[in-house]
Amino acid sequence: MNQPPMLNLYFLEARHQVIELAALLDRLERAGETGDFRAQALLEAVKILGGPAKNKAQAVLLAFSDPTLEPIPAATTKAACGAWSGPAA
Amino acid sequence: MRYIEPHAHMVSRVTDDYERMALAGCAVVCEPAFWAGFDRSSVAGFYDYFSQLTEYEPKRAAKHGIQHFSWLGLNSKEAEDVKLAEAVVALIPQFLGRSNVLGIGEIGLNKNSRNELRVLEMQVDLAARHQQLILVHTPHLEDKLKGTRLILDVLKNDPRIEPGRVIIDHVEEHTVAMVLDTGMWAGMTLYPETKCTPARAIDMLETYGRERLWLNSACDWGCSDPLAVPKTALAMQRRGHLATIVDQVIYQNPQCFLRQCKNFKVAD
Repeated sequence: MNQPPMLNLYFLEARHQVIELAALLDRLERAGETGDFRAQALLEAVKILGGPAKNKAQAVLLAFSDPTLEPIPAATTKAACGAWSGPAA
Repeated sequence: MRYIEPHAHMVSRVTDDYERMALAGCAVVCEPAFWAGFDRSSVAGFYDYFSQLTEYEPKRAAKHGIQHFSWLGLNSKEAEDVKLAEAVVALIPQFLGRSNVLGIGEIGLNKNSRNELRVLEMQVDLAARHQQLILVHTPHLEDKLKGTRLILDVLKNDPRIEPGRVIIDHVEEHTVAMVLDTGMWAGMTLYPETKCTPARAIDMLETYGRERLWLNSACDWGCSDPLAVPKTALAMQRRGHLATIVDQVIYQNPQCFLRQCKNFKVAD
């Protein structure tokens, strides 16, 4: 296997994605939506990117995940939103 | 390039997709039963759907030189109606004798509810009683971690289930290791927005090895790409993987798992 430099393959795409995320955070600020649990989940994920974790993709996915083990009483929706909103009140 | 598409919902795709898949080297497509985008109102709706999967869709695929196989089951999105689920589970055995049926799937969890879990156990029992392969759907996004843990518990707690005859689909970086550690197979689904991108799927292949892993597009009526597997094969080549390695991942691996079902015979 003759692997090319990863930055040659992925840098521009990653640069684009980081700028998109930055612009979204600005947009949420202007829209007054930074308190939403999804916005908070994004900010937590950003911290992981700059931290020491070795498996950053796994750590980000875990940060968005429901960590509990007990089945919920009943499904009230079929959709997932992408971030865990915390334990039901 | 040749490849097997081990998970595609072709009833939701136009005929042009079959042509494009054939041009890209698709030899075989496998279609798990899934949610139609709405809840069916009766068991008769499932009878018609299973008939479509096992009778009509193989003919449509054959027009483009592609072999078509199917998996039968009730998707977890329709599992809250347990009485209907019981009727569907009772219906499935009459289709299991058909020559293009691979096993029970895609079954699993969606929101990780008690009824979903109960219906999953019913369908695992069905597979065990009929010695069927199992294809498992894991939940989306924030529900995937918990759902994968619950699903693995159900499967590990049933002594009749052989891990090597189960594929757990839609794994990502936070679930792939726990699946492979059980001895089960893991499927990586290539989606534009959720699940895996080609780059991340290749990362996982490089990290966890190529044993018991396959790639699929899971193309359906949502944001998805029926050519995701051959596009990922090209991405593997750009990353320096040899053509023989690519062939192992996109053809030999799914063939290895699927030929555990006697119905899976690929024409040369």
